[in-house]
Order: sequence, then structure tokens, then C-alpha cells
Amino acid sequence: MDGFGGTTLRIDLATGNIRKTATDPALAREWMGARGFVSKILYDEVPRDADPLGPDNRFIVAPGVLTGSFSPVGSKIGFGCISPATNGHADSSMGGHLGPELKYAGYDLIVFKNIAPEPQYLYIDDDTVELRPAGHYWGMGSLDLEKRMKDDLGKDFQIATIGPSGENGIVFSCITHDFGRQAGRCGVGAVMGSKKIKAIAVRGSKGLKARDLPSLTKLTYDIIQRTKTHPNMAPWQKYGTAYFVGWSNERGCFPTRNFQQTYFEDWKGIDGEKLVEECLISDKACFGCWINCGKYSKAKVPGKPDKYVEGPEYETIALIGGSCAFKSIHEVAYANNLLDNVGMDTMSGGSTVAFAMECYQRGIITKDDLEGHELRWGNIDDFEHVIDMIVHRRGIGDALAHGTKGAAEKIGKGTIHFASQAKGMEFSGYDTRWYPAQLLSYCTCDIGAHHSKSWAITADIELGRDTIEGKAAVVIYLQHLRPLFDTWSCCRLFWGEIDVSPEEHVDAINYLTGWDATLEECFKMSEKIWNQNRCHYIERNGGPGRKFDIAPGRHLTEPVPDGPAEGKLVGSENFEKMLDDYYANRGWDVEGNPTREILELLGIGYAADNLEKVGFLGKPIEGGVPAVRGRKLKPMAM
Amino acid sequence: MKIKVTKEKCTGCKLCQQICTITHYNEINPKKAAIGIEAQFPEPGYFLPKVCVQCGKCEEACPVDAIHHEGDAYVIHKDECTNCGICVEACPFGVIFTHADLPTPIICDFCMKCTEVCNTGAIVVED
Repeated sequence: MDGFGGTTLRIDLATGNIRKTATDPALAREWMGARGFVSKILYDEVPRDADPLGPDNRFIVAPGVLTGSFSPVGSKIGFGCISPATNGHADSSMGGHLGPELKYAGYDLIVFKNIAPEPQYLYIDDDTVELRPAGHYWGMGSLDLEKRMKDDLGKDFQIATIGPSGENGIVFSCITHDFGRQAGRCGVGAVMGSKKIKAIAVRGSKGLKARDLPSLTKLTYDIIQRTKTHPNMAPWQKYGTAYFVGWSNERGCFPTRNFQQTYFEDWKGIDGEKLVEECLISDKACFGCWINCGKYSKAKVPGKPDKYVEGPEYETIALIGGSCAFKSIHEVAYANNLLDNVGMDTMSGGSTVAFAMECYQRGIITKDDLEGHELRWGNIDDFEHVIDMIVHRRGIGDALAHGTKGAAEKIGKGTIHFASQAKGMEFSGYDTRWYPAQLLSYCTCDIGAHHSKSWAITADIELGRDTIEGKAAVVIYLQHLRPLFDTWSCCRLFWGEIDVSPEEHVDAINYLTGWDATLEECFKMSEKIWNQNRCHYIERNGGPGRKFDIAPGRHLTEPVPDGPAEGKLVGSENFEKMLDDYYANRGWDVEGNPTREILELLGIGYAADNLEKVGFLGKPIEGGVPAVRGRKLKPMAM
Repeated sequence: MKIKVTKEKCTGCKLCQQICTITHYNEINPKKAAIGIEAQFPEPGYFLPKVCVQCGKCEEACPVDAIHHEGDAYVIHKDECTNCGICVEACPFGVIFTHADLPTPIICDFCMKCTEVCNTGAIVVED
């Protein structure tokens, strides 16, 4: 099968049985990989009452159609499971080199079920696939273990690891690879840890065959030459995502002190300029990437050992730097390394500490809860201590290990008001009080509040930040387009930042595979995945769907106190209107339940049957499902 | 012609290796590339591109006289080569490579395709 490795691995961790089968061409054609594979397998196989950290959950490793190909840019690999943070579909991707290596070894999909009796790691060297003991690695930090395994196995292995956070089931644990690339969100590292899989090590030498390699090569070669001089190329190459720190502050959407403010007065100490000036060692790219947004850095914090880290990226700077109020880029980089090594998502991890810092500010958490320590804004020692309490689930750390929503439910005292999350996953690094489309994006997102599925900040700017008109349709468009990159398993920056069109991506797919895919068909697939995940969420959690599309209290009721967005607030009334508009545009009923008509239109009538069984099939919409769902807009996109 | 390397500019993206194997083997497979990238992580945190400098040690070492300098590069002649691996061992820069599927070692023929896709200037043509 051109463009694919050709083999699927099914691994039963209870018995140690590893089954190799040919990758199903129909599955590949219909779902295209990564997020698509994850959605389908989770929907079909995971019992609706399965504990996300129990044996019946699946842990899925899935590159996608473009992974490993000469294209813009097939660097990614997806990880999937039912999320312990949201109790719904989870897909989280990472760049680096693991995905291409796995396909070069011949594998398109790995599905783990059950739980290993002892810690193990998956070893793949072309045709050799083994579960190997990992007791001697258990407890090690993610970065430390990657170095150790490269020493043990060979530097040409690509390795993904979890840290103690994943071992201990912290719901925002990540998977780390290439000394700084993470599948960060949804708690995929916790599920990997629950299966007792400490690492995945892969070496592949078989390469990838393309159906029409000359055309694929010409397409990508020409795109490379064309985009070398794109005006966004130089700043992206120089600063990476950290370039946006100043941009976000100037536009009043930079999370500051746990989203109490949206402008950080000390942002110039933690922005891209400062990162490059003081910390940068080298530029580091994912496989096949000519933007090289990765910045490999060294953190020097007085009184602490120097630390190497890839980053900090924008999201880390926002949610550790701004949200925990660190004034120095070195402190942010140090904290970045700390979370990478314990195996925590810097976004949810940073946000959860920021949430705890606000609890401390308000006297809700005290020194008595913190083993005698304080938890002050911008204090790296306090930060480090509370992370240690979370990783090892000591005292208040055990509550915080559930993320901000879970912690707020345990701590009480109205703290849910300032837990900036949706469906149990923390907001990305953008405040929404002047950004209604972004608020809607977070609260309707199928994996919880993550910008990868819809980053609408520039759409809000383009359409007007003080209006909600037309926002729902644009959000739907973005929620179909952006997840396509997670399904094709390529980096969306080439579309968003240097104008490589979605059509060119589809051309690459067709040259690679010999398919006759169209962009229109891909959009329909993406909409199908979105609806399937929605149904899955309702089937697992009960309905109606609307009761889960909730905005945090702060983001509905507290006007921004200062900065460029001073006084701004979307407000509850506007939010509810946007939800009405969103559901109507999607062909869902007013309660947020998908209707049979839309599900059958998308080819997943089985999901309508299942929703009907649980009593939450959407009521038919007067006038039927809209013929066009979503409005095209090409705003700049991160 | 030679390839000038500036290691500080290499980002480890492997575009050079991809275009190399597309050009020479009609497949995407960095493991068959005639250019190497050594990742020096976590410390000191650099990539080191490794390219042939045309020192000629391989020609000297070859026991069956299968390697000769022709045109712009050293060439391994398939008919003579026994794939004994002595040239690989003899190369002081570690830039002769092997792959289980190939009948001879892999050596750069200086087609320069790799320099065309490098977007950082880490590898450039040096006349």
C-alpha cells in the first residue's frame, strides 16, 4: 500500500500477545490515519463505562497518511485513548522523528489493550517487535530515560517515554520524544502509564514508497523554494512560537496570574527576543521541516543546576510564564525542563499550578496544605515544590493531580469559578474575554479546551472582537480544517503561517498513495470525526451535549481588569447565543445533540442508533440540516 | 565542488537525506542517504551534518580497487565491490554508509540536491 508501512500491530498487554496484520486499506482510505484512526477505534472498541485508566481503554499509536513522506510536512504521530481528564475521545500529536521512523519500520497503527503485569517497553527494530522488561527504567524522568535508552539501544533509535507523572496517573501527563517534543494534551501519558508501558523505541530502515514520487517530489520541492522567502519565514525561524508572546500581550489575550489578567507587565522578560538573546543554543526542527520553530535552550537560574530544554514554546511561556507570573525566561525554561522530565504537559501543568497559586493568594490553600512551603506568584522554588507534591500525589498535590476541574471539585469553596478549563482540560494560552470565537472554540472542542482544533484569535480580530455575529460558522470551519492536519498527521504551520494551501496537502496525499481524494471529501471526513467524537462523548457521559459545553465562570462574569482588553467580557447571554448558532449551523438540535439527519449524511448512521439508545439523539431540525456547515475564513493561524 | 558545512545552522530536519534517497533510490528513506546527521542531544545540543570531504582514504583502503575518483566524486563500482566494509571502517569522517538492502556502501556523488532543499545554509555548495 503506497504511502503506508503496511502493517498494524495489536498488542494485548495482559497476555503479551503481539499480533501483526496487514493495515486495512479501507480503514486507511476512509479515516486517513492518526486522529481518524483513533476516533474510529475508540468508538468501535472501548466500552462506554470503561475506566480511562483501566484495562478496557485502548492506547493507540498512529502516524497518518503523510507521516514520513516528502511533503509539507509529515513529521507527526498521533496518540489516542479515552482521556482521564475529559472522559472522552483524546487525540494528541507530536512532531519530531518517531512517526516517520515507525512507518519506515513498516507500521501504521499500534493498538494496546489491557494492562501489563510489570513495567515494559515496546521495542521495534524493523520486523522485530518485542515487549521488554522496563522495571529498571520505571521511575526515571522522561528526558533522562531517553538519553539512557539511546545509550542502551543505539542513538539511531527514536524513543518516546513517560515520566513519573504518567506512572502515577496524573491526568495531564504527556509523552515525550526527541528531548523536547511532546504529545502533551488529554493525559495520553497517564493512559500509557496505566498500561505500564514506560517507553516505545523504534528503528526503521525500510523507507516509504510513493505511487508517483516524481510528482510528489516536484510539488514539495517547489513549495520549499517558494516559501523560503515568505515574509513569515524569518521570524518563525528565528523565534519560533515564542514570537507571539508580545503579540498576545498587545492584543490583551495573554493569560496572566491564572487568567485574572490578560496582559503581563513583565512580558518582555519572557518573550521570543529574550529567549533567543539569553537561552538559545540551536534551532531544532521536526522531520522534514524547513521552518524549524524549535528552539533548543539552556536555562540558567541562580542556585539551581543549568538545564537543557527544547523551548520554551509560546504555550509554555503563556501558561507557566504569564499565568504563574515568572519574570525571567530562564525560570520559565527551568520550569519547562522540570515538567518535561517528570512527564507533565506544560500547558495543563502550568495552568494547574497557576490555579493553585490563586487558591494560595486567596487563602484557600495555605502553608499547612503545602508541607510548610508557600506558593507565591513567580517563585520558582514554590513552583518546584508543588510540582513534586503533584507528581507524588502528596497532600494537596493529590487533588491537583486531577487538573483544575478535578481539583476545584475536591477543594470546593467556589474555586471552580477560576478553573480555566472546558470538559476537564485546561485552556490553551489565550484568554477569551475579548475573543468570543475562541471562547466558543474551547467550550465546544471535542478533546477539551485546546487551540489545535480551532484557534480563532485572528478570526475574532478580523470579524470584530466586540461582536458574536458570524463567529459560530467560522469556528465550525476551523474545527473541520485544523483537525485535518492532525488526521493527515502533518504540521498545520505550513498552512497557517506560510500559505501552503490545503489543496496542496491533498495533492501530496494523492501523489503519495494513488488515491483520488478531494479537499471537499476530506472536510466531510473531518466533520464525520467531529460528530462521531461528539456522539461518543454523550454516550459515555450522558447528555444532553449542551450541558458539557460550559464556559468557566471567570470567563463569563469578570470583565478584564486592565491592559489592552480592559473592561471586555463576552458574557453569558452572548455565549449562549453563540452556542445556539453553533448547534444550528452544525445540524444539531438546540440541546447540542447531533440529529439522525446529520449523522446519516456523514455516513455514521450507527452513531444515531447508539445516541437513540441512550436517549440523546437530537430532535429533527425544522428546515433540515444546513447544506453548508461552516464558513471559510483564512485568518493567520498558529 | 565540495559541500560546506556550518554545523550551528543544522536543525536536524533530514530534508537533505530525503531528497538524497529520492534522487538516488527512487524512495523516501533517510537510512539510505549519503549524508549523515549526528544528533548531539541532550548536551551540547547541536546537530552535526556529516558529508564526504573527498579525502580519498576510501580509495586507498579498498582491497579490490573498486573506488575511484571520477568527475566530482569518489565512485564505488558495483561490479568490483565485494561489500567488505573496509572503506566504511577506513573513512575518517564516518561518511560512507551501509544499508542491508544495498549491494555496496553508500557514498556521496555530489549531485548537490541536498543543498537545494536546505533552508538554513547548514550545507551549501562550495566551489
